[in-house]
Amino acid sequence: MNTALQIFREKIPFLHDICQAIGHSILNVIQALGAISLFVLQTLRHCATPPIFIKHILRQFIDIGYYSLPVVGMTALFTGMVLALQSYTGFSRFNAESAIASVVALSITRELSPVLAGLMVAGRVGAAIAAEVGTMRVTEQIDALSTLSVNPMKYLVVPRVIAGTIMLPVLVLIGDIIGVYGGYIVSTHVLGFSSGSYLYQTWQVLENIDVVSGLVKAAVFGFFVTLMGCYHGYNSGRGAQGVGMATTNAVVTASILILIFNYILTQVFFS
Amino acid sequence: MTKRNKIEMTGVYKAFGTKKVLQGVDLNVPVGSSMVIIGGSGTGKSVTLKCVLGLLQADKGSIKVDGMDMIKASTRAREEMMKKFGMLFQGGALFDSLPVWYNVAFGLIHGKDMDKKDARKIATEKLEQVGMGEAIANLYPAELSGGMQKRVALARAIATNPEIIFFDEPTTGLDPIMADVINELIVKCVKDLGATAMTITHDMASARKIADHVAMLHEGKIVWTGPIDDLDNSGSPYVDQFIHGRADGPITDLQSELLKSA
Ligand SMILES: Nc1ncnc2c1ncn2[C@@H]1O[C@H](COP(=O)(O)OP(=O)(O)O)[C@@H](O)[C@H]1O
Ligand SMILES: [Mg+2]
Repeated sequence: MNTALQIFREKIPFLHDICQAIGHSILNVIQALGAISLFVLQTLRHCATPPIFIKHILRQFIDIGYYSLPVVGMTALFTGMVLALQSYTGFSRFNAESAIASVVALSITRELSPVLAGLMVAGRVGAAIAAEVGTMRVTEQIDALSTLSVNPMKYLVVPRVIAGTIMLPVLVLIGDIIGVYGGYIVSTHVLGFSSGSYLYQTWQVLENIDVVSGLVKAAVFGFFVTLMGCYHGYNSGRGAQGVGMATTNAVVTASILILIFNYILTQVFFS
Repeated sequence: MTKRNKIEMTGVYKAFGTKKVLQGVDLNVPVGSSMVIIGGSGTGKSVTLKCVLGLLQADKGSIKVDGMDMIKASTRAREEMMKKFGMLFQGGALFDSLPVWYNVAFGLIHGKDMDKKDARKIATEKLEQVGMGEAIANLYPAELSGGMQKRVALARAIATNPEIIFFDEPTTGLDPIMADVINELIVKCVKDLGATAMTITHDMASARKIADHVAMLHEGKIVWTGPIDDLDNSGSPYVDQFIHGRADGPITDLQSELLKSA
């Protein structure tokens, strides 16, 4: 066994190096998954046991929810508008302009509003959380919390995760309305449809499940965005470099999780 | 008469990856005494304090506080024990999102469930003790100079009147007069409150003022420990070299060897 490995290392060193690198990254990924799972369990446990810092949760509602409104609103508005425009150029070939309202309403509520809002909030909120919590780790403020008999998970992580999980659905609901409105503006003002029939179409095609599935997705995405921000910040490496890396990792992992779970949840809801 | 030990460290090891920092630290701190830890920078003095506090998990050995093993204790028990501690971090570690007074009052409000008004009153008193007036109470830590931040951090560490106080380089970055004020304050905490203190310092004048006992950390071990009066006749070449600040001696030799091998 050992000698085979030695021969392998000596005869084809570069292949050995590649294998070693791959092995290392696989181990790292598994280790990270374990650490994240543990972090999730701890977070959930601390969510369920007192003390809960209510004031901090309210402040995070403002930070995460209210201040994300402009960016989520803009995203939804222009997405709705461009959807109307694109489906018109596509569908006019088949004389199916009336389908535009349905396409806009369904794509916005089911997919685009939750996913795009999730990604935008990952960039805005996830990064900010990672940077803030990471700085607190690096400057020993998290250690200081422990010595002052305050559990850092309860004080820092729980309020952010709760606020993210609750606020993202709210943002997405607002995004739904703005997005549909964006499609409506383009359809009535640019493409010349009657406003009554557009709204009627929208109302006809939308079902509860379309909106609800989008909101459930949003809650899951909000949980992941804030959780990843907290996790990477909490385990930030040392120095400014460590915080920078934590921020990048928070945004990247949150975005990937959003895309993966978007698929999984879509499958759960619509098949 | 021998006093009970407040803190007992036996064979404590701590490594970060392949880097061995503590390699069998043995140290006892009697109740109500003031222990000063000296040693070169990067020898693991701060790590030692953090291991006692449970902020870092020691790899091996036992750390007993009031007879309870902090390494084996449950999280609940350790959190309970934490209420007895106050810690001044080397970098201050003030909460930069909170005003100065709230920083100082933090442990009273959240740890001891005191209401804000009373906590603020105590915070103001503690700030006065470290030579800071009302005017700065509403400022944020980022608006203070380094030395002022250190004093606020000190006020925060002693605000809850803890039984055990750790000071990590309390006088570094202060002018000599303020440093002396802080030294007096530490002595007062130990004498008046009957607290047990562990202080890390490079400042020998400060060490002589506040210490009952001195321990020297070198290469992950306590190489010498004894009462402050024996410091000048320690018989330890490490201590002699350190307190006289000589460049030549056993400490530099070892460090340059380390450099060579690196
Ligand atoms: N969290 C950590 N991760 C990795 N290495 C650390 C960590 N904390 C301290 N170290 C290393 O341990 C050694 C001792 O650090 P420290 O106790 O801060 O020294 P000092 O005696 O100056 O207080 C240093 O070399 C430092 O790089
Ligand atoms: Mg230190």
